Amino acid sequence: MIRERYLNALTLALFVAIPFWAITADEPFTITLMTRAVVFAIAAVGLNIALGLGGLVSLGHAVFFGLGGYAMGILAYHAQNYTPLTEWPFLIEGTKSMPLIWLVAVIVSSLAALVIGILSLRTAGVYFIMITLAFGQMFFFFAISWAEYGGEDGLSIYVRNGFPGLNTLDPIQFYGLCLGLLCLVLLFAWRLSGSPFGLALNAARQVPVRVETAGLDPVRLKLVAFVVSGAITGLAGALFADLNRFVSPTMFSWQTSGEIMIFIIIGGVGRLFGPVVGALVFVALEHWLGALSDFWHIYLGLLLLVIVLFGKGGLIGMLCGREAVHD
Amino acid sequence: MTDAVLQTSGISKSFGALRASRDISIDLKPGEIHAIIGPNGAGKSTLIGQICGTLRPDSGSVHLLGKDVTHQPTRARARAGLGRTFQISSLAMEDTVLQNVLLGALGASGRPWRFFTNVVKDTSLRETAEEALARVGLIDQARMRTAELSHGQRRQLEVAVALTQKPQALVMDEPMAGMGSEGSKLLTGFLDQLRHEAPILLVEHDMDAVFSLADRISVLVYGEVIATGTVDEIRANAAVKEAYLGDEA
Repeated sequence: MIRERYLNALTLALFVAIPFWAITADEPFTITLMTRAVVFAIAAVGLNIALGLGGLVSLGHAVFFGLGGYAMGILAYHAQNYTPLTEWPFLIEGTKSMPLIWLVAVIVSSLAALVIGILSLRTAGVYFIMITLAFGQMFFFFAISWAEYGGEDGLSIYVRNGFPGLNTLDPIQFYGLCLGLLCLVLLFAWRLSGSPFGLALNAARQVPVRVETAGLDPVRLKLVAFVVSGAITGLAGALFADLNRFVSPTMFSWQTSGEIMIFIIIGGVGRLFGPVVGALVFVALEHWLGALSDFWHIYLGLLLLVIVLFGKGGLIGMLCGREAVHD
Repeated sequence: MTDAVLQTSGISKSFGALRASRDISIDLKPGEIHAIIGPNGAGKSTLIGQICGTLRPDSGSVHLLGKDVTHQPTRARARAGLGRTFQISSLAMEDTVLQNVLLGALGASGRPWRFFTNVVKDTSLRETAEEALARVGLIDQARMRTAELSHGQRRQLEVAVALTQKPQALVMDEPMAGMGSEGSKLLTGFLDQLRHEAPILLVEHDMDAVFSLADRISVLVYGEVIATGTVDEIRANAAVKEAYLGDEA
């Protein structure tokens, strides 16, 4: 068994080494693929806070991913057309500044997570899965019918948004930016899991009645986790839109929700690097198997089956065994 | 009656046609152990549920430290000083023993909204937690995973978690259940001391423990308290003998 910490370090090292190799070998597409993996990883680190720590099986995280995407799309669309979003009650203009777009993405997806969470957390188990799925579908169909922002066709943004001091059009610089954010988000998730809140949330997943008897509100703990989770996935959505310079209702689709969850299941539910390993493996499979066959999802399905049936705790669980006891 | 720490006044609860609690008035005074005994299905769990807030009585009221808590949720009663141990261990099995007591201490501190500090390194929480573990004799197991504890140790941990909350009153649902005779003797001695810190409402099937610990006993049959009194009074009570104790007394 490999120590989990070494596996995590190795994973991070891959995220640094592969793009380096790609620059020297002049393989810019590999950098794009790696950026895709990093952005997926951020989305899944977000979901992992709700799913892994809070035990909330959300099949609606595409809502936040999509909201982040559309936050970018709408702001950048208005900026590139020099039209204001609204002139009343006060003037709001579009923007091409990434930090500002991220801020909007995080705020909008947190608010959505708060509302969806308040309604969904009245239920549990299968009903929670279904109600989050239903919210996902609502947003999906809303985006499809929102003709002002492209409807079914989505929105194309011609030039990638800017970040102070960086040339984001250079793939490796944009990649570095995303990787930096992934590291920040991982640091946050790591601190969170060892914090008083993390302890209480972890217990609220396992024995809500105990948490209640200790004088805490398990539903409120889960709600906060859901909001934090949605905010992070929303940030990833904004990055994903910037990576593709395109947003479409697909970001809201239930397949997207499913994929974010698949990353976590492949890597390991509740493990800090589970989403990261899962996203990397997924993107690699998508690229190589996708080149072999249009039906590559069959192989993905087989892999999932094997992991779910034989590997408790995903790939990380298979390689490292059970999670070490926290200190 | 005004000095009762915990008091139910005429609480009743029905599930459909089943009257699980009928007009139950019991109280818990400072420094005492008040045992609730009764055959299976007598409504002991229903009574506990109403006292702790997981069930709402159809009528009647529950007072904790003189305040009406009938309509307050479990967590508010816990914060007001009501500690509880469960019949079936309700512990976070994936977590360590220490983390379980830390949760109790965290609940008592009322400050769970901290996202970046390390809970295990929080000295005040940790002191409370380790003190509670030491008192029940689990300090050497602090870093073990709870799932690896023996059944008896889990019972001890249940008590330790309740202690971290510095309770004003304790409700214990069969703390001896499934314990060996050695373990239940130890726990009996421990509860004997504990009553001076917080009075205990003790639901227990182990009659040796009940008769050696209880200051008062209430006998619950078909949702009704048929007798309340000292150990000797209950032993001598004809109705109790007939309804419940049988050959044991």
